[in-house]
Amino acid sequence: MIKKFLYSQKVAPYVFVLPFIAVFAIFWAYPLASSVEMSFQHTMLGQEAEWIGFDNYTKLMSDGVFLKAVTNSVVYMALTLVILIPLPMLFAVLINNKFMWGREFFKSTFFFPALTSVVVAGTIFRLMFGEMEGSLINSFLGLFGIEPVKFLKGQVTGFVALLALASWRWIGVNMLYFLSGLKSIPDEYYEAASIDGASSFQKFTMITMPLLKPTTVYVVTISIYAGLAMFIESMMLWNGNNSPKNIGLTIVGYLYRQGIEKNDLGYAAAVGIVLLLIAMIINITQLIFTGTFKKED
Amino acid sequence: MKKHLVGKTLLFVFFTIICAIILVPFYAITIGAFKPGKELVRQGLNLSFDLSVMSFDNFAFLFTGDHAYFTWFFNSLLLTVVQVVFTLLVSATVAYGFSAYEFKGKNFLFICVLLIMMVPFEILLLPLYTLTFNLGMMNSYSAIILPGIANAATIFFFRQYLRGIPKEIIAAGRVDGANEYSIYIRLILPIMKPSFAAMAILNGMNSWNNILWPFMVISDAGKYTLPIGLKTLLTPYGNNYDLLIVGSFFSILPILALFLAFQKYFIDGMTAGAVKG
Repeated sequence: MIKKFLYSQKVAPYVFVLPFIAVFAIFWAYPLASSVEMSFQHTMLGQEAEWIGFDNYTKLMSDGVFLKAVTNSVVYMALTLVILIPLPMLFAVLINNKFMWGREFFKSTFFFPALTSVVVAGTIFRLMFGEMEGSLINSFLGLFGIEPVKFLKGQVTGFVALLALASWRWIGVNMLYFLSGLKSIPDEYYEAASIDGASSFQKFTMITMPLLKPTTVYVVTISIYAGLAMFIESMMLWNGNNSPKNIGLTIVGYLYRQGIEKNDLGYAAAVGIVLLLIAMIINITQLIFTGTFKKED
Repeated sequence: MKKHLVGKTLLFVFFTIICAIILVPFYAITIGAFKPGKELVRQGLNLSFDLSVMSFDNFAFLFTGDHAYFTWFFNSLLLTVVQVVFTLLVSATVAYGFSAYEFKGKNFLFICVLLIMMVPFEILLLPLYTLTFNLGMMNSYSAIILPGIANAATIFFFRQYLRGIPKEIIAAGRVDGANEYSIYIRLILPIMKPSFAAMAILNGMNSWNNILWPFMVISDAGKYTLPIGLKTLLTPYGNNYDLLIVGSFFSILPILALFLAFQKYFIDGMTAGAVKG
């Protein structure tokens, strides 16, 4: 009887998707809901929680360190977009050129950095951007007579190191995204444009850019999330969650500091909710602006 | 034609320069793996190929020294294999449910799949941490594997792939008297095989390199994975560069070898998300 029930075509689909329902409920919906709940509480691991209304949020708004973390994360996200959208797109278009020699070799090389873990890549960049005279970047600057720079002690130079790390790891992956987008553009469009006497630049702006839009929107969307949620990169470069004057502190870093290091779970949960709101607002604005919602009909 | 040759050469030179820059960090860590830790503390990583300070000492220490590197290495290997096998099987099954049937709540559930992809995982760190603590799952690999076992991106990819499989196969299976589950196991899973390679690579790479969540739930040194172990070599009181650099270098090798052997699947797996539904 039970067997017959489980084997029916009406019940089978639920059996198939059951693992997803379970994982979604236990490891996503419940934690998200309890995160919202915790953000209105004063709570510590293994202790009774106490309701405090919006106190965590009002405290956040006047918390200078938190505002510093938000600024860092937003600036980092914006700068990764500035670098990691146009450059990979340009590289993809160039490498896709039919006159290209050694295309496969270059594509593989571009992909290599994505194979390394943040821990390994962070270690390499930490030592390359070391403040010693002999470290890679400083010895390079030395060739031009520039004094050794203490990269990880200054705001701007620290961000240079962070962005170098991000660019190194993701430029190849983003280029591959654009390459797979380029594949879907029919050659006939370019041939027709050539007949009409369009220049290479015109072809790029009139055909390539508009038809790459779905890929671009996808890459922008994931880059916004990745940029706002960055944490381990900073932790590796500064060898821990404490950078001088918090120059490398990110929103997730602050969430970690409050929640894990100080065990102030309620306050940390509020940090997480603010991050979620920032991410949603920026991404929804971006998706409306690029017309992604409209296209569905 | 001459114009093309000039363009070709310029493009080639341009990409050679860019790729040389991309390879610099790899070159630096390769050289660094042959230098003593003292030298790295004094100089950082650089490009100087100075044979007077370089030796195989670090490699000798890596393979014979008194440290837990290979415990971490095999922990990572075990976790990666188990995680990939379970995640792929569970995600493929869920994707099949979504693609083969019409059922009440299907659209709502599929929106849930998309929702997971829309919220950064980091937001859930703390509630997941307390949940793991309350369930008594701290220090266990199941705390790492279970939350991602029905992986949204993987489900999404498999569902796209299943769209290309004709529904007639399922109907024919039913005519032959096969039940719903044996249709999936005997008829559909074998056809899905090619799509497993790309997802195995994507999930395997994420698992091998994963640090944030494992770092939070695993505190027992005997259970450290490679990224956690390597990270513990960096402490505020001083860094064990002798092992860190050679260990980092060595940790890239297996994944690089896999990449060179299965390049196509890496690229398919990484770009899977960008294929428009």
